[in-house]
Amino acid sequence: MDYVLLTEQFLNGFQLGIILFLMAAGLTLVFGIMDLVNLSHGSMFMIGAFVGGTLALVTGSFIFGVILMIPAMLVIGIVVERISLQTLYARDHLDQVLATFGLILFFNEAVRLIWGPEGLVVPLPDFVDGSVALGAGITYPVYRIVIIVLGLLVALGLYLLVSRTRIGMLIRAGASNRAMAGALGVNIPMLFSVVFGIGAVLAGLAGLIITPITAAQIGMGEDVLILAFVVIVIGGIGSIRGAFIASILTGVIDTMGRSFLDVFLLLFLPENAAESAGPALSSMLIYVLMAAILFFRPQGLFPPKGA
Amino acid sequence: MLKKLMGLAAIVTLMASPAAADIKIGFVTTLTTPVAVIGKDMRDAVELAMEHIGGKMGGEDVEIVYGDDEFNSQKGKQATERLVLRDDVDIVAGYIWSNVLLASAPVVLNANKILISANAGPSPLAGAQCHENFFNIAWQNDQTPMALGELLNQQGVKSLYLVAPNYAAGQNMVAGVERTFNGEVVGKDMTVWPSQRDWSAELSKVKAAKPDGVFTFYPGPAGPAFIKQYQQAGLEGSVPLYSVYTLDSISLPLFQKAGMETVLGTKMTQFWAPDLDNEANKKFVADFRAKYGRYPSFYAAQSYDSILYIKSAVDAVGGKISDTDGMRAALESADFPSIRGAFKMGNNHFPIQNFYERTVVKDADGNWTTAVGRTVLKDHQDPYASQCKMG
Repeated sequence: MDYVLLTEQFLNGFQLGIILFLMAAGLTLVFGIMDLVNLSHGSMFMIGAFVGGTLALVTGSFIFGVILMIPAMLVIGIVVERISLQTLYARDHLDQVLATFGLILFFNEAVRLIWGPEGLVVPLPDFVDGSVALGAGITYPVYRIVIIVLGLLVALGLYLLVSRTRIGMLIRAGASNRAMAGALGVNIPMLFSVVFGIGAVLAGLAGLIITPITAAQIGMGEDVLILAFVVIVIGGIGSIRGAFIASILTGVIDTMGRSFLDVFLLLFLPENAAESAGPALSSMLIYVLMAAILFFRPQGLFPPKGA
Repeated sequence: MLKKLMGLAAIVTLMASPAAADIKIGFVTTLTTPVAVIGKDMRDAVELAMEHIGGKMGGEDVEIVYGDDEFNSQKGKQATERLVLRDDVDIVAGYIWSNVLLASAPVVLNANKILISANAGPSPLAGAQCHENFFNIAWQNDQTPMALGELLNQQGVKSLYLVAPNYAAGQNMVAGVERTFNGEVVGKDMTVWPSQRDWSAELSKVKAAKPDGVFTFYPGPAGPAFIKQYQQAGLEGSVPLYSVYTLDSISLPLFQKAGMETVLGTKMTQFWAPDLDNEANKKFVADFRAKYGRYPSFYAAQSYDSILYIKSAVDAVGGKISDTDGMRAALESADFPSIRGAFKMGNNHFPIQNFYERTVVKDADGNWTTAVGRTVLKDHQDPYASQCKMG
């Protein structure tokens, strides 16, 4: 096992972590502040990919696609929240799970009607296609570096938004004690719409930036959604910082497991057994991590203050 | 008034007795989920075949009843049960996915009906679990990758890295290549199917292993995603990619739309190609393109073939489809104009057929398609046939 491969796999894991973070940030805010279990967050991931991808193809520029996707997802997120989720806040979690699962089916079918079953392939702009040498024999796809940098910038922006602005103060107040924030005159319905809108934009952004790599597919958000739930449980529900650290942790552990577990198992298992056990075990790793965190620290690694 | 009443009566009678077809064929494929694009191609081909035969087999009217497996073996089994038990179809055909077929086959076979796979060819059904009423009109899963392994030997590839999904067909594909490839396998990754769509970890390992070639198998929409990432990782150009069932008439237009020129020249192996030179195939491809405005995929070709295959048997028994023994004998002789040209049915009811090299090219109109090259394996029979006690 050489360090070039190790570094590359770390970058791969980090990049997966960034995508997870963009998903988990919205999810943890919606769950932590609005106390809403939102399964349809994965649909926002998918809609961002399809809407942004279409915008990119129409304008002929991926960057324009990303820029135009942001207001589009904000509007879509707020409309979805206003129309279908506002009545759910007072209900219990099971009702929310059922209703938002219904939304998943609705959005999947809507995407099929609009874009057809075959999905959407979005080409990369030429200047980020291919890979670049990072020195010391490491070459890495330019686009994945772009994802990492973009994700870090978004994380920084989100941190500044939450910790330095008035809206961020309201979000933190809502996460810590919703009833008290409401009693102090915070416009809770407005706050919820904004938070949901931000979540939709982040999820949409994640979906869109992964599209040139995986192509947009119906139901693409569901697998990521499960990982994002794992992330927010590990990180502590309602905490952006927790979501960030847990995302990177999850991404790196998942990738490292996929790449080195079978080699590791070969040390004490016959080849056939190691080959079949490797993929099975590596896909379980993050759930094992989650179970361990839940056992030793049920509130997650970084629960929001006062929660 | 009387006239009106009679007209009304006629309408009521018509509605009450829908033209009951004499022969019902159940066809199971994937009609929902993202991979429905394959099912759609298959259904289009079946409709074309029905048009070509005038909706009749052995003089009797034929009806196709479609079942949707929802890309899930349990749902596929339920769809099969509905076809067999509720719709009481005479024959069941179709099946893209090996795991769906393995779950569904007992339902059809226990009801003493004939089952014809139009795509999936898992090893158990070709070997120890072969069945007198099961026929495959496509190929056994190992065959195409075995041809590919042979192609690799001919191309002078000495070291190979394998990346494939971890399910029945993926395992068969990898086993097939390993069976014939003479060089060294320097790495093998079986990935989570169908959820894994990012292969960054596997591709980094490929880069570190520096093989002469990479073999892959990702059917449906996962294929384009894999190849795109292969390209972005900087492997395209330095390590040639060889694939089976990954680049087809469904994915190539997507690559063309995205302008990914590096796909051109990629090599694969298959028993059929749109430009394979025989009368049945020319007619099929020309009419398919005229009707749907695109090239048929191999899934479509096999589906078309399966309808003509069933017709040949029904014709042989003069439309008496209840004559299972007669049907079986006719299916075993496989005497019909197949889109692959001449072939024989093996003792295990899997085809003994040629496998060709295929290369991705632009056709005369600039559409991306594949061109058939040399014959890599001639009259090839799958390696499991000897484990089958039939024949």
